[in-house]
Amino acid sequence: MTASTARRWQFRQPSVIPGFGLALGVTLSWLFLIVLIPLSGLVWRTSALGWPAFWSLATDERTVNALRISFGTAFAAAAVNVVFGVILAWVLVRYKFPGKRIIDAVVDLPFALPTAVAGIALTAIYAPNGWIGSLLAPLGIKVAFTPLGIVIALVFVGLPFVVRTVQPIMEEIDKEVEEAAATLGATRFQTISRVLLPGLAPAVLTGFALAFARGVGEYGSVIFIAGNLPYVSEIAPLLIVIRLEEFNYPAATAIAAVMLIISFAMLLIINLIQAWSRRRYGYGA
Amino acid sequence: MEVRVQNIRKEFGRFPALNDVSLDIRSGELIALLGPSGSGKTTLLRLIAGLESPTEGTVYFGEEDASKKTVQERNIGFVFQHYALFRHMTVLDNVSFGLKVRPGSRRPPAAEIRARALELLDLVQLSGLEKRYPAQLSGGQRQRVALARAMAVEPNVLLLDEPFGALDAQVRKELRRWLREIHDRTGHTTVFVTHDQDEALELADRVVVMSKGSIEQVGTPDEIYDTPNSPFVFGFIGESNIIPVRVENGQLWIEDRSIGLSAAGEPDGPAQLYFRPHDIELLDGCGGCIAGIVTVSRRVAGTRHVELDIGAANCKVEIELPPEKAATDKSRIAFRPTRWRLFRDVPNENRTPAQV
Amino acid sequence: MALDTSAHEVHHHTSETVRTATTESRIARYGLIAIALCFIGLFLLLPLAAVFTEAFRNGPGEFVTVLQDPETFSAIRLTLIVAGISVPLNLVFGVAAAWAIAKYEFKGKAFLTTLIDLPFSVSPVISGLVFVLLFGSHSVLGPWLQSHGIQILFAVPGIVLATVFVTFPFVARELIPLMQEQGTADEEAALSLGASGWQTFWYVTLPNIKWGLLYGVLLCNARAMGEFGAVSVVSGHIRGLTNTMPLQVEILYNEYSFVAAFAVATLLALLALVTLVLKSLLELKFSAQIAASRRH
Repeated sequence: MTASTARRWQFRQPSVIPGFGLALGVTLSWLFLIVLIPLSGLVWRTSALGWPAFWSLATDERTVNALRISFGTAFAAAAVNVVFGVILAWVLVRYKFPGKRIIDAVVDLPFALPTAVAGIALTAIYAPNGWIGSLLAPLGIKVAFTPLGIVIALVFVGLPFVVRTVQPIMEEIDKEVEEAAATLGATRFQTISRVLLPGLAPAVLTGFALAFARGVGEYGSVIFIAGNLPYVSEIAPLLIVIRLEEFNYPAATAIAAVMLIISFAMLLIINLIQAWSRRRYGYGA
Repeated sequence: MEVRVQNIRKEFGRFPALNDVSLDIRSGELIALLGPSGSGKTTLLRLIAGLESPTEGTVYFGEEDASKKTVQERNIGFVFQHYALFRHMTVLDNVSFGLKVRPGSRRPPAAEIRARALELLDLVQLSGLEKRYPAQLSGGQRQRVALARAMAVEPNVLLLDEPFGALDAQVRKELRRWLREIHDRTGHTTVFVTHDQDEALELADRVVVMSKGSIEQVGTPDEIYDTPNSPFVFGFIGESNIIPVRVENGQLWIEDRSIGLSAAGEPDGPAQLYFRPHDIELLDGCGGCIAGIVTVSRRVAGTRHVELDIGAANCKVEIELPPEKAATDKSRIAFRPTRWRLFRDVPNENRTPAQV
Repeated sequence: MALDTSAHEVHHHTSETVRTATTESRIARYGLIAIALCFIGLFLLLPLAAVFTEAFRNGPGEFVTVLQDPETFSAIRLTLIVAGISVPLNLVFGVAAAWAIAKYEFKGKAFLTTLIDLPFSVSPVISGLVFVLLFGSHSVLGPWLQSHGIQILFAVPGIVLATVFVTFPFVARELIPLMQEQGTADEEAALSLGASGWQTFWYVTLPNIKWGLLYGVLLCNARAMGEFGAVSVVSGHIRGLTNTMPLQVEILYNEYSFVAAFAVATLLALLALVTLVLKSLLELKFSAQIAASRRH
């Protein structure tokens, strides 16, 4: 066996294009400097707490409630967004109507509008004297300064994640597949519910995960409308800020660590589901 | 089931895709719609399926007017060019789909659906693969799943759109033979679309040749090949030569030479002589023949293909000779078509049939 | 509401005979469109309208007066400075990262891509917190920084760092799929014709990616100017000094100066609208160059 046939471990495949060292160097330095070192600081601070201290901070009743509220409202909002996001994507992909292009552009508003602005605007609308709040108040429904208000804010910030994940996959649906279902006798409803939506499931799941992850961490749009009542409508990111203002760094660190662990675990699970789906069905999103 | 297409016209916007097309498909027949792209063959297939609705005209299934029925109500089996399998369903679920979506009153019990799907998978030789997903199958296997799925609903008519188009040559040949077998065993009325003349001629009981939204000719493969009734069919099916000739007193002339073919009853004037490269006889002397100078001679498998320049206009023709016949460059060859047709330089409607 | 153009025509044209196999009934379509429009109106357009309505609640006079407040002015200035520093930094990083990831095959590429996306899955508050933990007075670096008179937290550098962190993936994320789709053939052709590496980048690669790049920069800038959570944690809220526009909105709002808060918010909302318009224009005109990223 000659040296050339023996396949040696190679960091990268040879390429004539120059600049690999420079490009990767810049990328890695910046990545370490801006993202990895600061984040590892958080990890290091958490581990420095020691297990018993971390556990007692993480299971503190107010912390647990804040986490429960954050994850619960984010879940509810992401679920709402899945329903309406899929309808919205469908309407944008399949139908033509006046103003469609504007609607399509407006979907990205939550990406572009600063969260603080969204927060005060939503509060103004849903406060008891606001446009919608005043309509709901006689019915005994309170939105602003309750967990429901948090859900509303998270629906706002999460919507584009679902629409923009599902929309391109919907555009690529093979018309033949729908026609095949129709020729086999399926009604339109059966075609959509049994053929099209299951095919979109990986994309919908991804959109849900992105909206959920964004919702869990969201701060700016929520704090104005939430009312921020401890144990009731206080979200985890706000509790971190409160602990920081109290100079209670260990508690802030512990809450942050718990949030990150749960978020990463969820992303990991979603990725595993996607990989499984890709292996099995030959597609994912 | 017998399918009748009556005076169908179809326009997409302003663009006419089909122009007054009528066609009778006999029960149990395997029929090919053959034509170049844009000839309207796929549109016709989709109209029969109910995936398109005609601008004018009617489709009958048996005695029943199917035009008023939706695609779901027509109970047809359609095999799509790219199969359109449901990729999140197993092979078994794909095949059972048509039965599972039936309303409760017409839906067979689950066990029966399963049994019928498995039986069909056996028929298409995919037993043992029922738990696979489409992504885990080869192209040929997907094609067969698509066929089994279409047959599961006991369709009135089985419609296939370019069924072998997406397969490589070897698999295509195999599946072609196999589709014929399946058809002979199940006896479904079957219509398939193809642009491949070999496929149509080899597989179909009857071939429908289409061009520019109209049917040019309907006939058995032999009829289509041996007696094409229009310049288009002559040119589209098989190889053909075209020589401009002149009719004078019932005789054919090339320039100042009579070629020994008589067209009794033809009016005088210019015409086009059509014949196939192998439908010729060689002549030694030339009292009434076509003579040409050899420009190219190629040996292709069991025959020799010879290109000739004919007459002062150097009109090019290709003829097929036995390989032992020598045809050196610049040598002179005299021949006469044994089977030929004459078409006049007039619009298609007034084509003049005249033949030996 | 009137449906226009082809969907309508096709339907009309076939309605007497059979409905085509791939559309819903008219009622279902109108219903779905109505739901979609109501949802958009209720959740997206109404808040936008509220911003402007609230800002002009007491007439344009007060709106103008409020915006002339020097604190507001310095908040605008700080926001522009922060975006002016962080966007170019992330631009350079994004191009470098996309170049390394899209043009080469190397071990750990997928992992690197995941790491670049990391800031997207971190709460903005935590993004701020990590810098507090790194540079705060109780941290390892804190005392050393203090003794050398270097102020990072509660000052512009901290705000820039936090902003760079949250906007880190934007440009790279836009460019990576785009450059992957374009492959390396153009660059190889340029190199074979004798161009240097920089010339190849400048004359071949950059023109190919410029609209995608602009798109990424646009999104990056919108986030940089609008970031709230991360900046809020590191800024210290020193009025007239470390308040960006979003922070100024919060302060004014918490002081019940609602009109003032919404007046500053209108500026940010205008920024968002301009971003959306430019984004739509870019998508419309250069969809082929930008589409790649949408599919990923």
